[in-house]
Amino acid sequence: MKKINLFLLTTFFATTLLSAQSGYDIGATATDFKLENIDGTFVSLSDFEQAKGFIVVFTCNTCPYAVAYEDRIEALNKMYATKGYPVIAIMPNNIEIKPGDSLDAMKRRAKEKGFTFPYLIDREQTIFPQYGATKTPHVYILEKSNDTNVVRYIGAIDDNYKDANAVEVKYVEEAVNALLAKKPVSVTKTRAIGCSIKI
Amino acid sequence: MKSLKITALFLLILNCAPKQDKLEVYDFQGIEQFLYFNDSKTYVINFWATWCAPCIKELPYFEQIQDEYKDKIEVILISLDFPSHYETKLKPFLKEKQLKSKVIVLDDVDMNSWIPKIDSKWDGAIPVTLIYNKEKRQFYPQSFTYNQLVTEVKKFIN
Repeated sequence: MKKINLFLLTTFFATTLLSAQSGYDIGATATDFKLENIDGTFVSLSDFEQAKGFIVVFTCNTCPYAVAYEDRIEALNKMYATKGYPVIAIMPNNIEIKPGDSLDAMKRRAKEKGFTFPYLIDREQTIFPQYGATKTPHVYILEKSNDTNVVRYIGAIDDNYKDANAVEVKYVEEAVNALLAKKPVSVTKTRAIGCSIKI
Repeated sequence: MKSLKITALFLLILNCAPKQDKLEVYDFQGIEQFLYFNDSKTYVINFWATWCAPCIKELPYFEQIQDEYKDKIEVILISLDFPSHYETKLKPFLKEKQLKSKVIVLDDVDMNSWIPKIDSKWDGAIPVTLIYNKEKRQFYPQSFTYNQLVTEVKKFIN
């Protein structure tokens, strides 16, 4: 009996590890979390009772790509929080490797830039692997469905990191607009260069 | 005699200068030629940037392996630095490190179109490395130690 239990337990952990490594695909149910925000509170997706979904952005202070997108992430929150899709930013890096991403540094950056969205720290580094985030910035759009959050889009914010004015396709906006219109998201996965998450 | 020496020195400086001062910048279409050489060499293509700490850490290993197997392999370092950093970060870095491997620069914002063409498994995090010759190719979405790099390169040159 003990052996069987051990076997089951091993299988369970192996499966958990495996799924943690590969992360979510479109249609997966995204985990909720309870992570510390820059204002000292702890934030969960379940706190947002009125939300229709979320724009979860794994981002940080120190990656030049993430920095290039800071204003656009803030603009997304301004545009969609009131429509039911708030931005939830999560800083996934190991701050021993990247001290510039410490909670204090995050607070300073948020103040400088006037972030209006929660900027959370994945201090134990347990959330980003479940999502399968590998870099910053890395976006997951979730749609609330009953009490779960379903992954509807994974990837980049738009198709031009260099110049917000030269963007041709705004992937995140198009996805959220489709969800708000109760239509299927046409481009569900995109790729972009980013800084690998420091573990 | 002295003037000859000065002239020689001057020529030497002239000769070296363009190598450091001029970057070879390509869009993806321009980069593709470096990804499909069909000769007897094995090509080790590393995607990196000066802002990427794990990339900088492994750069010496690519330099070392280029030196160690110089008759059999060619290392090409493809920088993904931002154009706005070419003068302030990339050029000073190249000048300081005096890299022996070939360095080219990729500037193409439409990443979603070209990243999957390099490898379908690549989601955009760097560093990544592509090793190929005319017979096979393998994509490595990882950092390397020198020993790991040697192990992989040996699979291509033996």
